[in-house]
Amino acid sequence: MANRSVTTESALVRWLLIGLAIVILTLFLLLPLAAVFIEAFRRGSEVFIKALTEDAALSAIKLTLLAAGISVPLNTVFGLAAAWLITKFRFKGRSFLLSLIDLPFAVSPVIAGLVFVLLFGARGWFGPWLRENDIQIIFAFPGIILATVFVTFPFVARELIPLMESQGSDQEEAAVTLGARGWQVFRHVTLPNIKWGLLYGVLLCNARAMGEFGAVSVVSGHIRGKTNTLPLHVEVLYNEYQFSAAFACAALLALLALLTLGLKSLVEHLSGHSAKGH
Amino acid sequence: MSISIQSIHKTFGSYTALDNISLEVPDGSLTALLGPSGSGKTTLLRIVAGLEFADPGSGRVLFHGEDVTDVQAGQRGVGFVFQHYALFKHMTVAENIAFGLTVLPSSKRPPKKDIDDRVNELLGLVKLDGLGKRRPHELSGGQRQRVALARALAIRPKVLLLDEPFGALDAQVRKDLRRWLRIFHDEIGLTTLFVTHDQEEALELADQVVVMANSRIEQVGPPQQVYDHPETPFVIRFLGNVNAIKDSRNPEAPIFVRPHDVSILFAAEADPATDRLARVQHLFAAGPVAKLSLRLDDGQFLDAELSRQQLDELGLDVGDPVAVRMQGASRFE
Repeated sequence: MANRSVTTESALVRWLLIGLAIVILTLFLLLPLAAVFIEAFRRGSEVFIKALTEDAALSAIKLTLLAAGISVPLNTVFGLAAAWLITKFRFKGRSFLLSLIDLPFAVSPVIAGLVFVLLFGARGWFGPWLRENDIQIIFAFPGIILATVFVTFPFVARELIPLMESQGSDQEEAAVTLGARGWQVFRHVTLPNIKWGLLYGVLLCNARAMGEFGAVSVVSGHIRGKTNTLPLHVEVLYNEYQFSAAFACAALLALLALLTLGLKSLVEHLSGHSAKGH
Repeated sequence: MSISIQSIHKTFGSYTALDNISLEVPDGSLTALLGPSGSGKTTLLRIVAGLEFADPGSGRVLFHGEDVTDVQAGQRGVGFVFQHYALFKHMTVAENIAFGLTVLPSSKRPPKKDIDDRVNELLGLVKLDGLGKRRPHELSGGQRQRVALARALAIRPKVLLLDEPFGALDAQVRKDLRRWLRIFHDEIGLTTLFVTHDQEEALELADQVVVMANSRIEQVGPPQQVYDHPETPFVIRFLGNVNAIKDSRNPEAPIFVRPHDVSILFAAEADPATDRLARVQHLFAAGPVAKLSLRLDDGQFLDAELSRQQLDELGLDVGDPVAVRMQGASRFE
């Protein structure tokens, strides 16, 4: 016990805590993940491949990729703009804006979806006007994009605000005194300093965009082959007792999640290296 | 190029940071803005740089007679060195120095070779030859400071502004760099304004010292004049140790006297017209200067400094009676 430090517990307590952590991890995280893949392949890889290549599944995959492909770039720009505004300027209503950015995290996604139905649905506030002009938002592609953008809005901004806050404005001010204009300051000074945080936020945003269920479910209308995203498709299949197909699609989503986690660790690793010595 | 600051006023919400400030910085001078934190000196520097703007309609900033009050920072032609240098950490030293030239619009940007030549010239000027390929985090504090200086000089600024240039350095580097900056300034002759809270630094380095307190300018003048002829109690207190002794003539306005201006005589030699009687309360004689704490006949304490030789001649010990004569004392009535 010569080098025992004051913060170390006895061996028994340590092993108990570690054991508990392993049990919880296995039960709640590893087991479900394994179950998804086992169920997906239970009836062989042919069924698995067929479940992913049938028209409805392909259309769902396409829609999911499209929704993420549109909402992630949008939220990257929004997030950057919001973080820039909040960290580099002091103005009235700043803390209100900060809370507003968190709103999508605070509200249940289902409520978010319902709000859009109330606004743009057939009987919603703008419903008659939309119908007259032959624009459909709810139960159509634009609604899905709206819901996804709303739900994934905070990820990039939330990642960047603490980072930019801690970096201050010294380097930007230095660039300004050296004659750099707004865009040059952003491109040459701000962006290189936040690139890893930005990438991290984009990854999280993308993961959520592809996996979003609640809000999208309310506005999509579940039209097979048309407004079903991959998570919605999984639910439809499951409700129709097509368990293997449902798990096959779920496995694809799980794979995306694992890929995101892998990329996330890579980003952390790389940024850790580049941050050294700074 | 001279800087002229004319009745500048600056408030942040309800807080007044600068209260009607006017100041002339002569062409080619090295001027120190000296004051405690919160005195407004950094705000004034940032207004000269264009990083902060004075209250609308309050006053003007002129460079060599030309009004720059509403000119953006990037167009003012100022070289600004930040307290913590604000180097671009993802760029090399050479890229940092070249930044002000590479962001010029293509019509004004010099060819790449000229930029490289200028960078090398500046690296030589700040004694960092051969370090162009390093990154800021591979440099020492003093080296970073000089990179920041070279970067500011690359755009051939009309004036150089330094915010606490030695604040983040340790004592030895501070001293060396201070001396180096003085020589450097004399070589390039650029009008320079720097902010410091260290009175020794300001007095040693500057041609002109501007003492600031509570959002106002207390006194402006050459270091020796400010030190020898302080105009306000704040200035005399801020520029070094001083005793504030009350007497019966005007208890509201004490007499200020520096410890090295206090003469000590044998009690028997006291001249009642000029001297006061005291006892030695404490004696500290390690080092070249002996420091004495004296207790005057009315109970007030007085610090005095004398050479070891004087102390030996007087043969003083704790408890001995002495006479004190205060020379060069100031009173602000």
